[in-house]
Amino acid sequence: MKYIEPHGHMVSRTTDDYQNMAMAGCEAICEPAFWAGYDRASVQGFYDYFRQLTEYEPARAAKFGIPHFCWLCINPKESEDAGFAREVLSIIPDFIDKPTVLGIGEIGLNKNTKSELAIFEEHVEIAKKYDQPILIHTPHLEDKLKGTKLIIDALKNANVDRSRVVIDHVEEHTAPLVLDEGFWAGMTLYPESKCSPARAIDILEQFGNEQIWMNSACDWGISDPLAVIKCALEMRKREYIQPQIEKVIYDNPKEFLSKCPNFKI
Amino acid sequence: MRMPSKEKIIELYFMDARCKLLDIAAYQDRVDRHDGNGDFRHDEFQKALGAMLNPPTGMTRTQAVLNSLSDDSESPIDKAGIQYAFGAPGAKE
Repeated sequence: MKYIEPHGHMVSRTTDDYQNMAMAGCEAICEPAFWAGYDRASVQGFYDYFRQLTEYEPARAAKFGIPHFCWLCINPKESEDAGFAREVLSIIPDFIDKPTVLGIGEIGLNKNTKSELAIFEEHVEIAKKYDQPILIHTPHLEDKLKGTKLIIDALKNANVDRSRVVIDHVEEHTAPLVLDEGFWAGMTLYPESKCSPARAIDILEQFGNEQIWMNSACDWGISDPLAVIKCALEMRKREYIQPQIEKVIYDNPKEFLSKCPNFKI
Repeated sequence: MRMPSKEKIIELYFMDARCKLLDIAAYQDRVDRHDGNGDFRHDEFQKALGAMLNPPTGMTRTQAVLNSLSDDSESPIDKAGIQYAFGAPGAKE
């Protein structure tokens, strides 16, 4: 079954994962910049990471016939030191014209601090300056609801084109906040947190299947790079027919990602 | 869109839900059985169970649980003392 993985941290995954995703029908992988599991010590560390995202990882994916795209940013966990974060922001323009860059992401909030919010707003200004779409990370667990509200308020103040912003990791309490404001929403399928396949389908049933996608956000933590296709199988159990499944796992992400000039499959 | 019947949903998910319900019950028993003072997360868990059983008007049970386990403050905090989340509000960072 063809599908798009719109959010996968493939730098953390093995070549076996690429092979399994290719065999499962994955037609494109999009990789947002994120936290490496530790704080990087220098701007040079980010320069190397952006090279990995824009040069090495596309070549690795190509060996399995999968186009690989990426988003650029400094993640909110490393945005507490605003001075350091601004140094990283200053090198993003060096990479923005690379042929597989989709936009700015995954920016957002982690612990909902003043510094995180300031750096989030500065990322949004870079996206506006370079006419780039935005992919947003919403905080974990107890911080998600508050963070989602702060993010939506900041986006309203920035007067962004809402059709070019996807707010990711929504759950039942945040999905309606995001969708009702005209943004795109992403559901992340994790074994322990965020959404299970059954709950993701519940969200579709409650809030509709427009402007929404699902992803595995597979990384170095407990996650499953085949989560999207496994959720598609769950949809079959729930009596969804093929076009309804394909809309969520292929058509919708393709529609949003096609707003990024470099996205071509 | 055609939706499966209640019977079909129960057929699909009852055993899984039964299993998870027993895991919750066993978790509660386990905490009860062991020594110590626990922490804020266990108290918040009890509140969330209550929210599931009696969701506020206009909320689903899932939304009630998620809201119960969320920080309900509104302003950004000055500084993060930690990078991770606990799963329940009320931590003394």
